[in-house]
Amino acid sequence: MSQPSPVAYDSKIEGNVIFTRVDAAINWMRSNSLWPMPMGLACCAIELMAASSSRYDISRFGAEVMRFSPRQSDVMIVAGTVTYKMALAVKRIWDQMPEPKWCIAMGACASSGGMYRSYAVLQGIDHLLPVDVYISGCPPRPEALLDGLMKLQKKIMGEHALEDQKRSLVDAL
Amino acid sequence: MTAQDSVTRLQERFANSILKAGEFRGENSLSIKIESVREIARFCRDELGFDYLLDISSLDHFGGDPRFEMVYELYSMADGVHLRLKAVVPGEDNPVAPSVSDLWPTADWHEREVFDMMGIRFEGHPDLRRILMWEGYPFYPLRKDFPLEGKPSDVPEVAFTEAAPLAGGPFVTIPTDGITEVREPRARRAGDPLSPDKFLAES
Repeated sequence: MSQPSPVAYDSKIEGNVIFTRVDAAINWMRSNSLWPMPMGLACCAIELMAASSSRYDISRFGAEVMRFSPRQSDVMIVAGTVTYKMALAVKRIWDQMPEPKWCIAMGACASSGGMYRSYAVLQGIDHLLPVDVYISGCPPRPEALLDGLMKLQKKIMGEHALEDQKRSLVDAL
Repeated sequence: MTAQDSVTRLQERFANSILKAGEFRGENSLSIKIESVREIARFCRDELGFDYLLDISSLDHFGGDPRFEMVYELYSMADGVHLRLKAVVPGEDNPVAPSVSDLWPTADWHEREVFDMMGIRFEGHPDLRRILMWEGYPFYPLRKDFPLEGKPSDVPEVAFTEAAPLAGGPFVTIPTDGITEVREPRARRAGDPLSPDKFLAES
């Protein structure tokens, strides 16, 4: 009779184990499941819709779940002209989004006020929110939005997933 | 009834209130006294068939006296006739015009817009609030003395404004063979020198 082996080895489990850092794993999960808050304010929103439709299919990058509740979203895509009348509403929705959260300024208006050098238009949403990715264009094509999304994913992969959050929590306290 | 017929009938009926009648490229304009706007408007609607108020707009003759002027665009659906009524508004600090919102309901929002943008108040308007800007915004943006870039203001929890960086104009290009940033210096802030030297140095 053969003795049972002292070394446990299960080929089924062994094949399912990977070694990684917690940061990398969490970032990988976050960056490939970005739920956008579609802040569509002008014509850029049409391109945002096109990006999520069949032809450009933003779901290939895991960002197809447009959430109209800020509580459930990860990335706010500010698509369009932010007027002063709308600005604090955008800020309020941003404040309602749970951490971690990111912001994409889509198009010239959201990035810098665009062609609206005017009394009525906020000269870039970065006056109110911390913007991670700016996308140029008026409006940007869906490919540009996808490129911006991939840039954001790359940025998220380089973050310290937990450390940064702890620090902001400590700062908040 | 043609527009000329309408003008003739108005001139017969309101000889003292009509200051000037003009015709240019088939469009008839009547300059009338502000205090008879309602009377004439009611006559136009009930007797002359102008059942549709196309638009209400206002002019700012900045530096002139009187400064403000109201313009009413009337249209008769049945006859296909257009008529323009113009009336200067006295008073520079607190211009007041009579409301015609009870004659044409569409005047309600038109007059709110004139109030919001030009600061002309309308006597007898049922709901004279701002329509584009927010309550508490202290300026009237379409007045000639309001700068294009705007003025700073703040209504806490509602909205704030800042002056926009115009860099000499809303669309500035500089004749240069520099890169786009140099050619279209849109990143400059108000008050920066117009010369592109410092941008050229960076490029």
